[in-house]
Amino acid sequence: MATQVLTIENTKTGDAAQAVREHPLIVRLCHWVNAIALFIMIGSGLQIFRAFPSFGPKLPEKDLIDLPRAFALGGWLGGALQWHLTFAWIYIGTGLIYLGYQLFSGNYRQILFVPRDIPGIWPMVRHYFFFGPKPPSREAYNPLQKQAYTSVIGLGLLSVMSGFVVWKPVQFSWLGWIFGGFHWARWWHFAVMVAFVAFVLGHLVMVALHGWNNFMSMLTGWKEEPDYPVE
Amino acid sequence: MITRTDRRAFRKMSRRELLKLAPVAALGAFAIPALRTPLLQAGLATSDWISAKLFRAGHLATTFTDAELTPPDKFPINGYDVEDPEVDFAAWSLTVGGAVQKPGDYKLPQIQALPKITQNTRHVCVEGWDVIGHFGGARLSDFLKSVGADLSAQFLTVECADDYYETLDMATALHPQTLLCYEMYDQPLTREHGAPLRLSIPTKVGYKQAKYLTDMKVTNVVQKFGYWEDQGYSEFYGL
Repeated sequence: MATQVLTIENTKTGDAAQAVREHPLIVRLCHWVNAIALFIMIGSGLQIFRAFPSFGPKLPEKDLIDLPRAFALGGWLGGALQWHLTFAWIYIGTGLIYLGYQLFSGNYRQILFVPRDIPGIWPMVRHYFFFGPKPPSREAYNPLQKQAYTSVIGLGLLSVMSGFVVWKPVQFSWLGWIFGGFHWARWWHFAVMVAFVAFVLGHLVMVALHGWNNFMSMLTGWKEEPDYPVE
Repeated sequence: MITRTDRRAFRKMSRRELLKLAPVAALGAFAIPALRTPLLQAGLATSDWISAKLFRAGHLATTFTDAELTPPDKFPINGYDVEDPEVDFAAWSLTVGGAVQKPGDYKLPQIQALPKITQNTRHVCVEGWDVIGHFGGARLSDFLKSVGADLSAQFLTVECADDYYETLDMATALHPQTLLCYEMYDQPLTREHGAPLRLSIPTKVGYKQAKYLTDMKVTNVVQKFGYWEDQGYSEFYGL
């Protein structure tokens, strides 16, 4: 897919700036609907977990985590299940549309972490966490970002799969076997949520730190003054 | 592909692109209290519709060995109201009505005369906990056939001595592991567990497995679906 690039001319000064089209509308729609759905899934999920804050008899039989009410959505178990089982389908729907589009359009190459990205990981970590120099950008996403965005799609798949086991341990008994049984599927479902929270926090910090153009590109599709070479 | 534009035209185009995200705002309907309830009810109904499609009549729930059983004293007792509605066993009968050829009052020995099934199956509560119990009883499908029930009817409703009530879809009622249960752990059902007769349905969540049965009806029309369902729980909740 050829990258769309715009040269924006300033008619007064004669200066020119570049803008590159990064995100098709369908990706932007899926991103924002999914972000809202994920927020609701986590809130209602925490309320559901409050009804039995444990993972089953094989794991400690006491309240593992006393979750503050403020994080929970739905008011009571029945209400939370309504939210969870409504937004689950919105979450799955946007996930499938997104994945389908990425695969068929080839747009997935933008974020798919591949073996040749591995050497680029350490320089980025050094830059982000240990004040190292900023490695030159070669494409829209650096290796660390690709790793994060590829992993989060894996998390999405795991959340849905473990969710189906917790919801329907009989019909999805084969899937339950993969997760190590009903109790471990509950554990996985919870662990994936924790990983999602960690991802979202990191994602928000990065956007806040140096992402105004990135943020606008997820809204309008266009990134002004890309910091990587475009043809 | 490089095209040229000026700042004003770019701003205009960016705004247009931003407006294309307007459909996302439709989710704001969930923030409006008057719309929230019907939307969530529709969501739950969709989920139940998918649930019914996922149900496979011939797919059996996992059964377990005796070593995996939860000890009887560790099997939780969850009554919605009273643990013992003081059923008079001598006078008890199951009143069967609706779309059946042989309506009437059925005594426990008549149900016990049907082939007896025992199975170690998982009992899952909507709250998230689960136990593995040893259940004994007659197949509900055998009983429905013996009373000449219209098996093409949509629902089976039950009423209980503690005023609890439930509705089952016919496909689940006919599932081979769905029992009219009169024994747990090879002993007659105790009062706390629903004596003299309860439902044991390994393909359904706990609140669908009503205890202290007194009435059963085969029907296509349901006014009250179930004690918990009428407060907002899933109507199908198959496992």
